[in-house]
Amino acid sequence: MLSVQDLNITFTLYGRGLAQKQLTVITQLDLDVKAGEVVAVVGASGSGKSLLAHAILGILPDNAQVSGKMLFKGEPLTLNRCQDLRGKAIALIPQSIGYLDPLMHVGQQVQRTAQLSGLSRPAAKAAVDRTFARYRLAAIVQRLYPFQLSGGMARRVLVSTAVVSQAELVIADEPTPGLHPDVVTETLNHLRELASEGKGVILITHDIEAALQIADRVAVFYAGTTVEIAHAQDFSNNKIRHPYTQALWRSLPQNEFIPISGSQPTPDALPDGCLFSDRCPWVTQECRLDRPPFLQVRGAPVRCIHADR
Amino acid sequence: MLIGKQLAFRYPHHNWIVRNFDIAIAPSEVVGLFGPSGFGKTTLSKLLAGYLTPTQGQVTIDNSPLPDRGYCPVQMVFQNPELAVNPRWRIRKILAEKQPPDRFLLNALSIHPSWLDRYPHELSGGELQRVAVARVLNPATRYLIADEMTAMLDANTQALIWHMVLDYVRSHNIGLLVISHDAALIKRVCNRAINLMQVGTSR
Repeated sequence: MLSVQDLNITFTLYGRGLAQKQLTVITQLDLDVKAGEVVAVVGASGSGKSLLAHAILGILPDNAQVSGKMLFKGEPLTLNRCQDLRGKAIALIPQSIGYLDPLMHVGQQVQRTAQLSGLSRPAAKAAVDRTFARYRLAAIVQRLYPFQLSGGMARRVLVSTAVVSQAELVIADEPTPGLHPDVVTETLNHLRELASEGKGVILITHDIEAALQIADRVAVFYAGTTVEIAHAQDFSNNKIRHPYTQALWRSLPQNEFIPISGSQPTPDALPDGCLFSDRCPWVTQECRLDRPPFLQVRGAPVRCIHADR
Repeated sequence: MLIGKQLAFRYPHHNWIVRNFDIAIAPSEVVGLFGPSGFGKTTLSKLLAGYLTPTQGQVTIDNSPLPDRGYCPVQMVFQNPELAVNPRWRIRKILAEKQPPDRFLLNALSIHPSWLDRYPHELSGGELQRVAVARVLNPATRYLIADEMTAMLDANTQALIWHMVLDYVRSHNIGLLVISHDAALIKRVCNRAINLMQVGTSR
């Protein structure tokens, strides 16, 4: 349904005076999503998760140059096509109620989303009623303002906005942090249901555990690149390939809780070779020369020349 | 010993948020606190750290009440660091609000010297949270409350910060209260845990 290949995003910034500076924030990013599938995008903050979402929705700022290939249902995703599709075929489930209008009843806002996606007013109203009922939101909730919602209710309202738009591709941006485990599971199950209905779902999260609860595949981002696209079961089967993916998995409190030191390189100081080379336990001279290409190892792509060890 | 005795809190004309709550944390003890949203976890920590004054009951350290001016010996680290720092101060000034942290501490938290001249919005959430942690790890802090301190962070950064904080509180005899929804994290870092579902905070 969606295929992103070798995406690069560079920002042009002004330094001192009129001197311009190029900052490459996304390098060689890859991702593909099929209909009926949940693909989780996992990585630390600053790894390019949200920028990818912005690129797919065509809402990057004007000073961004994008290169690489983005295809939606086989056709290139140009800026014009993005504008036509977003809110209709491609929908975003935002991070928090901060994205809603604080002065408008939530029912009205969800209905507006449905109308913008092309439904008539009565059809949009019916879609809102149906969707709120589906997510156990009482009719009275439609007349509440965003600040009056509890954390769990807010999540269900935000999911509703994506459901009424009849989108084929749904992007959920960090839907779970700080929520009680029951609410997390409920939110994730709603995303899983959307995939079962044939939609493609991208789950953007830093929470690898949440991702593994529902994802079919997990794309691991690091410093603006895709280091690995693993199958969800690879984690518990000890088949994950990239040293960064393994480090993330090991550092969970229920596993070994052992972190690797250091931090992700900043866009203005990226290493020449592999982006993980300065923290990698497997690093060799060869790693520092070139950016590693995607290699197929144990049935999935990984950007590491030592992954088959 | 940090003691909260028969703590109760409500805003005027509203229902009780916390009622009849007792808690005691010894120096160098790590205590977990968990329970569903709306059970008053954050209110409790704000009472213990002096951000709120209890409607009934009192908070004491070694039998004396919390100071009402100056640096509070009970410090909090919040979930969202961008709301806990002054957006118009550079990192250097934020870190030095109590006293400048030593180079060893900055190293241990992987705080890069180049960050010191930046503003908070120029750091990522994980980077800024390390700054917020470095700010409270100073000799005047006797008790620390971590309210969902790493809920916004990736697993590796989470483990990195916790190792650092646990080392520090052990070596400096600081009592630590850990508030989290993550049962595995509480089990991993705490000596004991309080389940608000069982002890109750109100009604």
